[in-house]
This record gives sequence, structure tokens and C-alpha cells, in this order.
Amino acid sequence: MTPPLVEATGLARWFDVTPSLWARLAGEHRLLKAVDGVDFAIRRGETFALVGESGCGKSTVARLAVGLYAPTKGSIHFDGQDLSLLKDRRRSRALRRRLQMIFQDPYASLNPRWRVADIVAEPIRAHGLLAGRRAIADRVGELLTQVGLAASDGARFPHEFSGGQRQRISIARALAGAPEFLVCDEPTSALDVSVQAQILNLMKDLQRSLGLTYLFISHNLAVVFHMADRVGVMYLGRLVEVADVDRLFRAPLHPYTRLLLDTIPDLSMSGKPRGPVAGEVPSPIAPPPGCAFHPRCPLAQDRCRREAPLARPRADGGGTVACHAVEEGRA
Amino acid sequence: MAGGAPLLEVRDLRVEFPTRRGTLVAVDGVSLSIAPGEVLGVVGESGAGKSLTGAAVIGLIEPPGRIAGGQVLLAGRRIDDLPAEAMRRVRGKEIGAIFQDPLTSLDPLFTVGDQIVETIRTHLPVGDAEARRMAVDWLKAVGIPSPEARAAQYPHHFSGGMRQRVVIALALCANPKLVIADEPTTALDVSIQAQIIALLKRICREHGTAVMLVTHDMGVIAETADRVAVMYAGRIAEIGPVADVIKRPRHPYTVGLMGAIPSSTRRLERLTQIDGAMPRLNAIPPGCAFAPRCPEAVERCRRDRPGPAEIARLDGVPHAAACWVHAPPAGAAA
Repeated sequence: MTPPLVEATGLARWFDVTPSLWARLAGEHRLLKAVDGVDFAIRRGETFALVGESGCGKSTVARLAVGLYAPTKGSIHFDGQDLSLLKDRRRSRALRRRLQMIFQDPYASLNPRWRVADIVAEPIRAHGLLAGRRAIADRVGELLTQVGLAASDGARFPHEFSGGQRQRISIARALAGAPEFLVCDEPTSALDVSVQAQILNLMKDLQRSLGLTYLFISHNLAVVFHMADRVGVMYLGRLVEVADVDRLFRAPLHPYTRLLLDTIPDLSMSGKPRGPVAGEVPSPIAPPPGCAFHPRCPLAQDRCRREAPLARPRADGGGTVACHAVEEGRA
Repeated sequence: MAGGAPLLEVRDLRVEFPTRRGTLVAVDGVSLSIAPGEVLGVVGESGAGKSLTGAAVIGLIEPPGRIAGGQVLLAGRRIDDLPAEAMRRVRGKEIGAIFQDPLTSLDPLFTVGDQIVETIRTHLPVGDAEARRMAVDWLKAVGIPSPEARAAQYPHHFSGGMRQRVVIALALCANPKLVIADEPTTALDVSIQAQIIALLKRICREHGTAVMLVTHDMGVIAETADRVAVMYAGRIAEIGPVADVIKRPRHPYTVGLMGAIPSSTRRLERLTQIDGAMPRLNAIPPGCAFAPRCPEAVERCRRDRPGPAEIARLDGVPHAAACWVHAPPAGAAA
């Protein structure tokens, strides 16, 4: 098998959220472990999705994956190179061109004072990919056409566009450096469903024609099912289950995955009763001991309250699951 | 549902916003009714006028917006022309409201218990001790653990899901006959969303409360509503029993909208795509507002505006669409 394009090993990112300066000076620290020991690998050309509720750490993983955050522990490798160890600026810049990010809010992620052409041209200029105004303008026109806008839209400002069109501009900017890997953090959550369909279709088309690899972050399970090849389910900073999309949706093992799947509104109106969903996500600042999901888990036993479960291969060989109940055959 | 007098009747509602560059019509000729105890979903994308329709019913259109035409009748009585003071008594007592953001609909300076007590005492003839007992009962009914202790806490002590439970208790504590719920679960996580929908459904059924559920989420509608109205550019495109609208949509906009929603059971290579965007309020085309994006539009669609026409009737409940092609008015050819 070819080595993965992106590989995270024991990846962790903690934030110091000590409230007062005095406490800090006294050496007391309160840590928010946004991501706490996550392993995954993304193969070239596939879409790996991370799904979970707010505060589970999925956006932090997105930022770690493009090098916006440095890991507290563990590492993330892109094409064999450790992102956090690249001290050589030239080499790190060359690497960063190959990974780009699309953000959730198309109203906040575009500079309102810049014309669209300048926004899209920025990565080209920053990485010195093309020289000459003419060549850059041609490339920008090509990129705008590629995402379904007109080349002449480059002369306009972001406020002249709707949310869906702005997200197309973000995609054009992300593609400007001809990247191989795109991290998409909730790219359609701020959009209406008909616009979401346009953007998801565009992303699939681009993936096929440009051979892109996606890390796709979303809280919407139906969108994940539509887009992903493989899915990781996050809960309070950890991956509780990783599997191929069909295995995960047809045969979920982890009780949290099952709970999430139970919450998908039933559009087919089959009238299936939704499973009772208990409790809420605890604060990530003071996560429960042992398995962080145990207070909401119908299968929790003493061991779950004591000992954090490790990710183990699923019995069907298609991924991993971190659950004592599954391991002991109680699930 | 059929036969009896409707609890709420909205007739030919028109909401306008005067601007320097002319009048924008945000809700244009909307007619709908809700029977006692019924849940009517109002679904549409941003700018379709769904929230404004709800706001018009409870008299909360913010100036300079105004109701420029039509009538709103509650139990046969007109409420759209009531003076502000009289309308305030209707709100809370006869119509409850639940909004998207539970943090802004609660007062941060008062305990949760005090806010419910205030609402109860404003609208019901009960003493303080009785109101306080009722408030705790309501907190218990909406599933808040240790309600006596929680009643003494402030909104910031509650999580998002728990706050929305408090808002539901507030909306229902004066026993209104109708609740307007505007995106009640949009700000919540998926697992909490399911809890809140189940709660809202159960508690309204127990009290026989009718609900106008305004949302962009067809999934929420499918799980909750009896009937659904699909809005587009300030008008109702299609209205009917929820199962029939979802399984057999007739209006091309509804068809496109249903196809655009990713499914979690059946994977399609591509989602149905409605090209273009909803027209801006200052550029609504003549004829059918959807015509420029409609794959089936004919000459007449671009010229004349279609009115709602009945296309089916299920258990006496009509399913109507405003479309010259798929719902030609009786006696007229498309």
C-alpha cells in the first residue's frame, strides 16, 4: 500500500485557559485538552471526514492539519514530512503551498477591502508561482471559471456576492496554489441547502478533476455520508471510531456513533422511533475520567469510569473503535 | 383537522419594507391556517419570508417593516390591527414564542424561576406561591433535573440545550393555544436538537397547543409537522400534508429542494442542483418568482403569477401548489 498523504500520530493540542493572571503566576494551570491523542491517516485522493458535536475538537484538528497550530504532543506528517519540525522557511513554505484550507464563514474569511481578483491571486503572489501581471490575471480568470464564477467577477468586491458565491471565491483562493490537500472546516454549514448542494457538487467535481485529497469537517452526518470515503467520529478531543463510510453508517460499533446516527432526522418518514438520547456533552475543561462518554453511555460499567479505552481494530478489520464494551463483546 | 374552525388564519398577508429606493415586499400574498393542536411547518431558505410570516402573526415586525395588507385572525378575531398594549396581552397568553437563540430570549439579570413566575402572574390569575409552584412544575415538565434548585439559577448557569428547555417552558407556561417556534433547534448540537424536538412535540401534544414551526431544516419538519408550507421569495410555493409534500412534491422548487438535501441512507453521485439563487427582494421577476431558475418554466410562468391550486386531497386535507405547469387551476389549461 502506498504511504498515506497525511498521518497524525498521538496528535494533541492543549490550550491554557487559566482564568486569572494571579493563578498563572502562582503556577496553577487549567488546561483545555481540545485534541488529546488522535491517530488517523488520509490516503491520497480520498475524503476523510471528521464528525462530532461542538467542542469535540474537530476544528482544532483542522488547524493542526494545515500547521496553523503546533501540536502540544504527537505529530502530523504531510507526505512524509513532520509539519511542526520544518524550521527551514523555504522548505516549509514549499510544503504549505500544497495544503490549503476552506473556512466555514464565507463572510469572515474574505478581506472586504480587496477585489476578488486580488484575493484569489494572493497565494500565487505569496508563493511566487507566476510572474507578470498578465499571467497572474489569466490564472485568476481560469480559477474563477473553474469554480463556476465569471472571470469578470474578479473586479468586484466580496460584499457584491451571496454566501454561496463567496464560498466559491474561497475555494478558488484555496486552489490558487495548486494544492494537493484541502482542509474544509464546515464549508457548507452557513449555507442554505440548495446552495450547499451546489458547493458539495463543485467540491466533488474538483476532487475528481484535480485529484485532491480532502479532510472534511462537519457536524452534519448526511453531508458526511454524501462526501466521505472514511469517517472519524470525535468526542471530547478523542477519536472514538474510525471506519469506511458505509461500515460506519451501516454497522456503527461505538455507542456514541450509534447515538449520533440515531439523531439524523428521518426524511424518508418511515416513522422509525428515534432512540432516546440522554445527556449533553460535558465541559472539555473537566472531562469525565475514564471513557469521556461514560456518563451518557447506556453500556457504561465500572471499567469505563476508571480507564480510558484505547483505539483497537474493529472486528471486521475496517477501522478502529475505542470502547471497552465493544472490546468485551457487550455492545 | 378538516372541518373545524381554524385556530389561526392568515389571509393574503403582505409585509413591506419601505426603503429610499422603493418598497420591498418581503411577504407577498401569504394565506395559511392552523387547526387547534396542529403543527404547521413553514420551511424555506434565507430570505424566503418564513420568519417574517411568524413575526407578523405575533405582531413583532420591526419597523420600518409593516403589515401592508391582509389579515391575521386568531380564533376568528382579528389581531393584526390591535393596539400595541392589547397585542402584548395576546402575546404570551394566547400565542407563545420560541426563538432560535435561547440566550437572547432569556433575561440575564433574573433567575430562570423568576422569569417563569413573572410570565405566569402576568397572564394567569394566580398568587405568587402558586405561580412559583407552577414554575417548578414547568421546569420539571421540560426535563430539567432538580428543578427546585435550578429555578434559583440564572440563564448563564444553563447549557444551550437546557436554556432552550427553559424557553419552551416560558412559551407554554401561560397555556397559549398557539406557539410560534422560529428555528428552535438551529443553534443546538445534533444530539440536543433531537431532544428538543421530541420535547416540543410531546409537550404541545399533551397541552393541545398548535405550533407554527418555522425552520430551514426539512428533517425537523418531517419529524414534527402535520402539514408544511414551502416558501420561496415571500410566497407560498406549495402547502399540504407533510408526508405528501415530502414524498410527492409537485412544485419544481420543492422538488429541487428535496433533491438538494443529502441523504444518510442512499448515496447519490451528485445532489440535485437548482442553479442560480433566490431573487433579491428588489428584483422579483414578474409572473412566478421561481420561473428564472425553473427547468420546466413555460411562457405563461414568466408573465402571470400563479395562485395556489389544489392538486390532491388526503383525508380531507388539501395539498396545493402555485405552479402553472404542475397545478393548473381547475378549468384552465397550462
